[in-house]
Amino acid sequence: MQRIFFETILTLDMSKTHTIRKGLNLPMVGAPSTQVEDFPLGTSFAVNPDEFVGVAPKLSVKEGDTVKAGQAIFFDKKDARIQITSPVSGTVRAIVRGAKRRLDQIQIEADATTSYHDFGKGLPKDAEAAKATLLASGAWTLLEMRPFARVANPDDAPKAIFVNGMSSAPFATEASIAIAGREEAFTAGLKVLNLLAPKTVLSLHAEESAPVLTQATGVEIHRFSGKHPAGNTSVHIAALSPLNKGEVIWAISAQDVAIIGDLFLKGHYCLDRILSVAGSGINAPHYFRLRGGMNLATFFAANGKKGAYRYISGSVLSGQSIGAEGYLQLNSQQLTVIPEGQGTDFMGWVLPGFGKFSNSRTFMSWLSPGKKYDLTTKLHGEERAFVVTGQYDQVFPFDIYPNQLLKAVWAKDLERMEALGIYELAPEDFALCEVICTSKQPLQHMVREALDLLHTEMN
Amino acid sequence: MKFIQNIFDATRPAVTTGKLKPLYPLYNALETMMFVPDHNAHSGAHVRDAIDLKRTMVTVIFALVPALLFGIFNGGYQHYKALGLLNEAMGWGQFFTLDNFIFGAWKIVPMIAVTYMAGLGVEIYFAGINKHPVNEGFLVSGLLIPMTMPIDMPLWMVAISTIFAVLIGKEVFGGTGMNILNPALTARAFAFFAYPSFMSGDKVWVNTTVEAGQTVVDGFSGATALGQYATTGSTSFGAWDAFLGLIPGSIGETSTLLIVLGGVYLIATGIGSWKIMLGSTLGAVAMGLLFNWAAPHMITESQQQFMSIPFYYHLVFGSWAFATIFMATDPVSAAHTERGKWIYGFLVGFLGIMIRVFNPAYPEGMMLAILFMNVMAPMIDHYVVNANIQQRLKRSKA
Repeated sequence: MQRIFFETILTLDMSKTHTIRKGLNLPMVGAPSTQVEDFPLGTSFAVNPDEFVGVAPKLSVKEGDTVKAGQAIFFDKKDARIQITSPVSGTVRAIVRGAKRRLDQIQIEADATTSYHDFGKGLPKDAEAAKATLLASGAWTLLEMRPFARVANPDDAPKAIFVNGMSSAPFATEASIAIAGREEAFTAGLKVLNLLAPKTVLSLHAEESAPVLTQATGVEIHRFSGKHPAGNTSVHIAALSPLNKGEVIWAISAQDVAIIGDLFLKGHYCLDRILSVAGSGINAPHYFRLRGGMNLATFFAANGKKGAYRYISGSVLSGQSIGAEGYLQLNSQQLTVIPEGQGTDFMGWVLPGFGKFSNSRTFMSWLSPGKKYDLTTKLHGEERAFVVTGQYDQVFPFDIYPNQLLKAVWAKDLERMEALGIYELAPEDFALCEVICTSKQPLQHMVREALDLLHTEMN
Repeated sequence: MKFIQNIFDATRPAVTTGKLKPLYPLYNALETMMFVPDHNAHSGAHVRDAIDLKRTMVTVIFALVPALLFGIFNGGYQHYKALGLLNEAMGWGQFFTLDNFIFGAWKIVPMIAVTYMAGLGVEIYFAGINKHPVNEGFLVSGLLIPMTMPIDMPLWMVAISTIFAVLIGKEVFGGTGMNILNPALTARAFAFFAYPSFMSGDKVWVNTTVEAGQTVVDGFSGATALGQYATTGSTSFGAWDAFLGLIPGSIGETSTLLIVLGGVYLIATGIGSWKIMLGSTLGAVAMGLLFNWAAPHMITESQQQFMSIPFYYHLVFGSWAFATIFMATDPVSAAHTERGKWIYGFLVGFLGIMIRVFNPAYPEGMMLAILFMNVMAPMIDHYVVNANIQQRLKRSKA
């Protein structure tokens, strides 16, 4: 007998709503309003190769070179077709290397106005042409593959492309706000994707009403309702077309589809995105038009609160800490700023804990269910062995045994990981498990390493 | 609280770099008990739940406290009752008395102290060797162990049983989280087989030490209800008294009411698995009913009598409630899968009652049933998880 997580009902517009029954919406203060504001991009940009999972970076530029937006700055040693390109035109100011000459950062001093490399206007005729432009422009890196949750492999033949129009991470950018006014680009982008795979799936909130999304053509629309991770692509894949061994699916966000659309309509690769900027460390959380790679020091100075904060490119669940003077990741879909945890907590493990957030009901705070918290980065304890069972299951809506899978990961037992379904998952799918973990185990990091190890073993 | 922090700050150099370095795990355990450390999340999710292992364990301790306090009162109550010093007509007025509490505490608090010292001593020693912080698991084990012992258990036996359990039951498997058997029950099983005369029979459950001028009342028997059933086929205790806990037995096991109260707390907080508890209840009821049905077909009269007791008596006599709520639910040694917990729980109750009635040597079976099911739990999980694996394989072939 099968564990049943997904219940399917038909709605009036014939798209299906899948109800995800397990999950957790973190009750955090600092949600963004829907207002959208432009912010000057400034002249300081940088790209961190670390952001691109699976890419072993090799430079295509040296210090002092001039680049146009869309021109390669580095590529993957193992597959030179995969290139990461500059988000701006300007001069390569510095190449920062870490220990063992590891490539840490490529800094670019931007021109006052961006001049774009021209990839030619017009939609591609076939998959080969589409791939060629996507690879040359760097837009290829917007596609993430399952299994392994890394930059897509252009040689794969995916059984479908999943477009995510409903991220459910805390304060996630709403697709309808992000692509408002970019209907044409979004539609063009979907057409391009349709060339690359036999099927394109667009997942939307159950209550989504923006016509650009609900009336998208050439895609199979599916609606999902439920708490996070109801908006994770792995959840959508599991509900619609579970990944079997040997199969590949590509995933992309709705906003990035519009970027691809513009690439072919205008011939420019432009990483301007409308991002949710939220969290209690932001004065007035709302949406901003920002560009991947831009330096955020001025932005945070203008919009952030003073004090000890964690600046995250991405969500509080899976984003990257970048610091108050850091650079927006090239492909980040949101920005979050929350307070750093400070100080010890006297007898915190014994006291009632009215003001403490917990998914368990071991603190008295569970008596006020609607309450929102100013969550900090505090770990609330120390790392321990796996002891508690059944905890992850509450926030893990897959037909997969998380504890058993994580033990296989821990033991580096590749066969068992595979048998237990690690292919179907990305590290972000363990983010909530990591949040509520009693033993404070670094689950996303563990899963990331396991996926990389599997990929190495298989290729 | 600043002055406490100051004490820790002042002594830190001595245990981190100085001569007292071997004591660092102890220092660390004490400090993190006083103050949840100021560690921040550095990889992965940037926000974390307030729960940690200490909170989990202290929640179980909170759940145990009512039954423990009752056990302390009951220690004195049974003692004075055996000496005929109580006025039975006064009811509860004779139970919650300072005399009872002092007598019980005089016997039981040292047992708790000895258990913690022995167990934590071993834990801290191994934490030092393995260079990891002291895990919190023993906070609960250290309270469970004395609560499963008879009141007259000599302290050195308690200490040796505890050391055996932590050493052989836990540390040899790799410490907290790796053990196969429930550590607290391992301690009890060790004591049970090593010192049977202190763990069974009708002399150990009630302290009958007499002072000058005192005597044990005529016709007194210190046997437990189950002990009486096993030998005479009937009991002098009513089910209601047993439910409330006014009967002899291991220190923490007698008050079904307060144990269930602790169980409700564990379920409400989400720390104890309700699936295991309900499973065990169903299993015990099923076995009880099966016995009722089979009783007339038994050969010996004593078996007929023991088997024909109303099924719900099994839930209030003996250690069923304590074992089900506090022992079977140990997350490490129980089944780990949610479906497995149903099967595991059911079999704990089912086998526990079966052994209780059939075991000629000792009229209780929950300890052995849980230890047996601890060993079986990985197999249950294996089949549950394997079904998931097979299903995935099938899907991939289809």
